[in-house]
Amino acid sequence: MEWIPRLPLAQWIESLLDVLTDALAGLTRAISAVMQTGIRSFVNGLGGMPWWLLLLILVGLAFVLADRKVAIGSAIGLFFIWNIGLWDPMVSTLVLVLLATFIAIVFGIPLGIIGGLSDRFYIVIKPILDFMQTMPAFVYLIPAIPFFGLGSVSAIMSTVIFSIPPVIRLTSLGIRQIDHELIEASDSFGSTTMQKLLKVQLPLSLPTVMAGINQTIMLALSMVVIAAMIGAGGLGGEVWRAIQRLRPGDGFEAGIAVVIMAIILDRITQRIAARDRK
Amino acid sequence: MSDGTETQSKARIQLRNIYKIFGKNPQRGIDLLNKGLSKDEILNKAKLVVGVSDVSFDIFEGETVVVMGLSGSGKSTLIRCVNRLMEPTAGQVIVDGVDVTKLNHDELRDFRRKKFSMVFQSFALFPHRTVVENVEYGLEIQGVEPEERRERALNSLKLVGLDGWGDHYPANLSGGMKQRVGLARALTVDPDVLLMDEAFSALDPLIRTDMQDELIALNDRVQKTIMFITHDLDEALKMGDRIVLMKDGEVVQVGTPEEILTRPATEYVERFVANVDITKVLTAEDVMKRPRPVAYVKDGPRVALRKMRESGLSGIFVVRQSGELVGHLSAERAADAARKEDKWVDEVTDREHVSSVPLDYPVRQLFSLCTSGNPVAVVDENQILKGIVVRGSIIAALSEANQDYHGSDESAPADASNSAGSDLSGTEDGVAVSAADAPAELSADAAEEKEANA
Repeated sequence: MEWIPRLPLAQWIESLLDVLTDALAGLTRAISAVMQTGIRSFVNGLGGMPWWLLLLILVGLAFVLADRKVAIGSAIGLFFIWNIGLWDPMVSTLVLVLLATFIAIVFGIPLGIIGGLSDRFYIVIKPILDFMQTMPAFVYLIPAIPFFGLGSVSAIMSTVIFSIPPVIRLTSLGIRQIDHELIEASDSFGSTTMQKLLKVQLPLSLPTVMAGINQTIMLALSMVVIAAMIGAGGLGGEVWRAIQRLRPGDGFEAGIAVVIMAIILDRITQRIAARDRK
Repeated sequence: MSDGTETQSKARIQLRNIYKIFGKNPQRGIDLLNKGLSKDEILNKAKLVVGVSDVSFDIFEGETVVVMGLSGSGKSTLIRCVNRLMEPTAGQVIVDGVDVTKLNHDELRDFRRKKFSMVFQSFALFPHRTVVENVEYGLEIQGVEPEERRERALNSLKLVGLDGWGDHYPANLSGGMKQRVGLARALTVDPDVLLMDEAFSALDPLIRTDMQDELIALNDRVQKTIMFITHDLDEALKMGDRIVLMKDGEVVQVGTPEEILTRPATEYVERFVANVDITKVLTAEDVMKRPRPVAYVKDGPRVALRKMRESGLSGIFVVRQSGELVGHLSAERAADAARKEDKWVDEVTDREHVSSVPLDYPVRQLFSLCTSGNPVAVVDENQILKGIVVRGSIIAALSEANQDYHGSDESAPADASNSAGSDLSGTEDGVAVSAADAPAELSADAAEEKEANA
């Protein structure tokens, strides 16, 4: 079968990225610079706090957003992370996760709403979301560098790409699965499109949207760890260093800290979702 | 049935040649229908589903019209064409002179706010809002001030008997209560037209009956024009001033409950109504006779006796000058009083053992009342004696109704089918006529005979 020429797919993608980088590099570098400063001051701010104060704040948030059980669990988990000396990497990972999730929500929920209301948009966006989610996470790291440079901004951007599909998908789904009669009821009283969205569709899809946010946070956490490869630092950086020095003990310690963070974030968002469902 | 021009001025909703066809290029479905293709052929050839086909009828102000049909008959599609939750493929919906199908998006929204309210089969209450928040939804989206809309919502809740339930969530309510909320929500915006899509179909039979009664009573007060969808014939007969019977997207018959039952337009309607007990829809008013001579309270016992003797009765109803029913006087008691020289009928009238029923009393229950032998008095809401029912008159009315029913295939007038009718019906008629004025025992015999026949 040698007469069939090999598709130069890789070249195509690279030339496309080259074109894009040339066109957008100025902009993306500027964004990167601004964000870099923001992230740094964020991390420094939280990291500069006495560890026990931040711990108390986080436990307090867990108590307010979830319940006492989650708060106690968080206190124990966070204390353990401090105890094994991973407090600072944990803080920077947390900042990266929260920022990436925030950006994913800001873009994801409006896209999800459009997908929920427009069949055509949903049909277009669905395969794209599948593509984004199944593409191996590492691949996103490569193009992020020419755009945003090495470091945490690239990490956040590739994390957003990787983790945004669930919040879009589940927001669309949440709006789509509302009982058709409820939409008819809202229409029959003469609601405007915006009234229908704000008073009926969004409140009713909120539990599903929260489930989407929960998944987005989990994906963001896993991606932020991987993004250590392009210099994101944090707990992922600890794991990466342990790999390079072949120190399984250090690796597991950092891994366990990631697991603890995952559990805390998951429980808190799940409780919020459950509370909305009532 | 809408006949003529005089009624059209009062028509609140006029449906004119409504079509609803589902699929790509639905207009083609209408062409195919006009060419005379059947719905199955259109489905197979053009992959189009005919939901509603050429439906026209009017709903008059203050009227309750029940659109009835089995599932798939297009009735729910039709009601959604009225407020354009679904766009009719062709035809006009004229509400108070405005063609709804011509309204643009904003006009339609305003029209929906003013004219229509809808009640849904599965209640369609917003689960994230409390009962009172649900009820005030219609006013809320119209921008009514919070205090005013809350007050009006609470009034509606009172109207449907849910006083004090405002702060609960719909999930905590039973099915019947949920639909009361649905009804209150619909009434709060004070619409001209209530669209009720199988509103009671999801309720338990007992609760459904209660809700039907309450809606009838409620509508006496609020006087709405109602389009009511149901698949339940009994419900249709009970609720409807008129019934529109649909099959496969087409109207098969429009008529009052009595007309549907006694003069079914097609074999389909006939089959549909075949297992309805005709006695369910006939009321005391339909079968009562003019009150025979009555005694007045100031008559003497001898006068009363003479009246009875003259018309061959064994008892007589006693009324005041106004016509208000007082009681019943038997010949024995009157004779007894005459012997004792009592002055007034008033003093000897039996006030306890007299059965009286309202005008809309169902005939089925009348049967059991009549078995006691004495005639039953039919009175209006002011206790004025309007007529009497003896067992014989029930049978007469039933045999008339049945004759119409059986004679419908020839679509001949009732008297023609009478003369051409079978021996059996002739005999029944003869018995019934004589039984109407016969002593009670005789008519009871006739009734048993009739029951054996049936």
